[in-house]
Amino acid sequence: MKCTMGHPGGSPLREVYFYATCLVDLFFPEAGMAGIELLQSAGLRVIFPEGQTCCGQPAFNCGYWEQARAVARGQLALFPKDIPVILPSGSCAGMMKVHFPELFHGQPEAAQARALAGRVFELTQFLVDQLDLKLEDLGQPVKVTLHASCHAQRDQGVLDQPKALLRQLRNVELVPLARERECCGFGGVFAVREPGLSEAMAADKAEDACATGAELVLSTDGGCLMNIGGTLERRGFGPATMHIAQFLWERTHVR
Amino acid sequence: MSGNLEIDFLASSTRALGDAQLRRNFRRAMDGLMAKHAAVFPDPAEWTRLRALGAAIRAKNLLKLPELLEQLEKNLTSNGITVHWARTTAEANQVVLRLLEAHGIESLESDLGEYIIQLDGEMPSHIIMPAIHKNKDQIARLFSQKIKNAKYTEEVDELTAMARAVLRRKFFEAQAGLSGVNFAVAETGTLCLVENEGNGRMSTHVPPLHIALMGLEKVVERLEEVPPLYSLLTRSATGQAISTYFNLISGPRSGGEQDGPREVHLVILDNGRSRIYQDPELRVTLACIRCGACMNHCPVYTRIGGHAYEAVYPGPIGSILTPQVEGVGLRHELPHASSLCGACAEVCPVQIPITHLLIRLRRESGHKLPGSTVLGAGEARSGLEALAWSVWGWVLGHPRVYRLSTWFATRFWRLLPAGAPVLKAWTRSRHKPRAARRSLQEMARSKGVPHV
Amino acid sequence: MSEREAILAGLRAARPQEAPPALDFSVLEEKRWDPQERVARLRRAMSAVKTEFIEAGPGDWPKAVVDCVLRENLPNLLFGPHTTEGRALAAAWPDRGPRLAPYDQPVETFKQELFEDIAAGFTTTLGGIAETGGLLLAPGPFEPRLLSLVPPVHLALLRADRIFDTLFQAFRELGWNRQLPANALVISGPSKTADIEQTLAYGVHGPKRLIVVLVS
Repeated sequence: MKCTMGHPGGSPLREVYFYATCLVDLFFPEAGMAGIELLQSAGLRVIFPEGQTCCGQPAFNCGYWEQARAVARGQLALFPKDIPVILPSGSCAGMMKVHFPELFHGQPEAAQARALAGRVFELTQFLVDQLDLKLEDLGQPVKVTLHASCHAQRDQGVLDQPKALLRQLRNVELVPLARERECCGFGGVFAVREPGLSEAMAADKAEDACATGAELVLSTDGGCLMNIGGTLERRGFGPATMHIAQFLWERTHVR
Repeated sequence: MSGNLEIDFLASSTRALGDAQLRRNFRRAMDGLMAKHAAVFPDPAEWTRLRALGAAIRAKNLLKLPELLEQLEKNLTSNGITVHWARTTAEANQVVLRLLEAHGIESLESDLGEYIIQLDGEMPSHIIMPAIHKNKDQIARLFSQKIKNAKYTEEVDELTAMARAVLRRKFFEAQAGLSGVNFAVAETGTLCLVENEGNGRMSTHVPPLHIALMGLEKVVERLEEVPPLYSLLTRSATGQAISTYFNLISGPRSGGEQDGPREVHLVILDNGRSRIYQDPELRVTLACIRCGACMNHCPVYTRIGGHAYEAVYPGPIGSILTPQVEGVGLRHELPHASSLCGACAEVCPVQIPITHLLIRLRRESGHKLPGSTVLGAGEARSGLEALAWSVWGWVLGHPRVYRLSTWFATRFWRLLPAGAPVLKAWTRSRHKPRAARRSLQEMARSKGVPHV
Repeated sequence: MSEREAILAGLRAARPQEAPPALDFSVLEEKRWDPQERVARLRRAMSAVKTEFIEAGPGDWPKAVVDCVLRENLPNLLFGPHTTEGRALAAAWPDRGPRLAPYDQPVETFKQELFEDIAAGFTTTLGGIAETGGLLLAPGPFEPRLLSLVPPVHLALLRADRIFDTLFQAFRELGWNRQLPANALVISGPSKTADIEQTLAYGVHGPKRLIVVLVS
């Protein structure tokens, strides 16, 4: 297994942390478990620290930084070993990687936040860029489409990695989603603070998803999944939705 | 507009969302503009370098803003251009009106897009294409109603020719021409105007009086800094490598010239910019070169158009500029009307970190931060929201409490009514989210995943 | 305190601490093409926005202009008589037929005629821009500003060996950072707009036609 991350002294990677994220913990635990199992299948020991709650992004985005810090401070302390931290969410990975240093700028935790940021990865990014994971498709032919979250794409540069993983699966036809870089309208608190705007964006994304003819809409992010999935379900017709981690695991392992 | 106590973004955006024609017009227009943008910056490496240069030029010039304004004034003056300073828009209007007094005050828009909306008594809905919200039959009807002897036609060439004829007469008769300024060069004392139609030159070279108005952040130190900014501007705004005309005005009619204005004046407008300048993080708001790319790529702007913002500057740049100019309390809705998708920051040719500034202004609207110079800071504080976040922070800051609440959520989520506060904003268009039977934490523990 | 003092004092109070960034112009400086390529790029870019081109040699361009005016049935051509090129054009002008009108009086003396009767205007140029297309002009006492703006047709003389790679390079070579004329401009085609449903329409307020006489 090729891996570009290692310890000083060049010893190969053996362990990683897995951070659930609040949405995956509560709404998509199978996807989280699938992520853990994919990492384990690559030979890694996955550590799931206790005391995980939330990365603090909702309060950070709304400008309530004291409260965000109160939560994030506790989460910073969960990863004492200098090993990668993997998250099944582009937006939460972005929060830890890009925004923790901002949030803790000038605070006692500044150095700790910067150090953590250097070893945070979104799951598919880690599977492709660091592990070069190889997958074999055991499933029946299926047509899918992919919605990568804005934070995954823009904070992390993640779009090619989920596609690369899907393209390895020979019975999976990946149909491009129109306007794939356009936001689905979730935006966290935005969805309930500006419901009119949010649902207009979600409706268009649902429409684009239906237009692909795919049976399944995949995403790297739980928030986008809830938004698109909830919209499609209210319509009563159209593709089902699934987190990409769960999809990858189910396609490549017999349950 | 500014000063309007009845600004209600929720109402105006809801209206816009329900206007199917507006939605169609903007979707088509923005999709076209995004495609043009992608086509005119085909090389990612070149885009990155040009953009970095643009950002550096703006940053460098902003750092020396007061000196550059003084140098600009000195060189404009020695070129025969009179410089005026105005702290507020009211003061700027006074300057212009005083200058126009001798010549009569009727004012007419000369840019085709601006002319169209002026005929209809509207404000612009986009900073580059002011009539973008109108389609052909709306314009055809407007012209046939408002222009003398005009027949009804939807042929773009015929509509354009009608406007050309009406405005040509006006250019001929006009006693004064008003313009903005795209870049003002301190080194040479020059006002630069970018345009496609020719109305800019018509307005500034035919009438005997030319009055230019400019936000004080538009000054550029050296002439050599203009070409990269100009290239970024035309490409970002309309997908053109170059505009039809690029005018460099360094003086009135002089030294034996047969035409050109007898008098040229520049009004340098502050209107809150020097206040924005005080804050090192927010200062970059002033780097904007007014290209409009941010609004072209914004999923919110695409769906509500410019009028819904009820501001001179709409879209993403408007959402950071307008609150700082008019007060972040009065305009607190604007920074929140964003999913923070980051499409704007990604295309900004001078690298303004718009999403970062939106979050900063959200913070300012609800808190009085020590040392903050932001207008209206803390005025939109909601005690209820602050309390909600404090409770949130307490629960999530105590993992055992959090675990208890997720246990409840997994076991009893069905009991939560879809119409509950906050949740009902979600469920009005989506199925109620279903908590899983067991959380990941429980699942991982039961499967023996180690925790150290 | 005057408005000016108040504004400047407000700005000075900020005292920014950051070091100014270095400016790297290499992305523009490295755009270089050989002479033929420059001509080709300029023609391609300007033709794409409906600029017309006539080719001529250094000795026969006046005749090419005359032929163009005759071919297009233009009743007159406005020009600046006190330039070398103006004198060459006047020398080649036929005695009968279209009128060669001099623009050497203040515009106020013939404004109505300029707006209503003049069909075409002729100007020289200082050069062109290869990267994007474009003509560089510096109107002045000998070729007034409105000559290239008001008449519906603009005939512009461009020497093929005076095409610069980029606007950036043009500014440097012309030394405009040290001395800019009172009016300078770049023209890249006939006037146009996309304000009606983003559909391109030509001939809005500036000239409807731009005809470049390319001399090489």
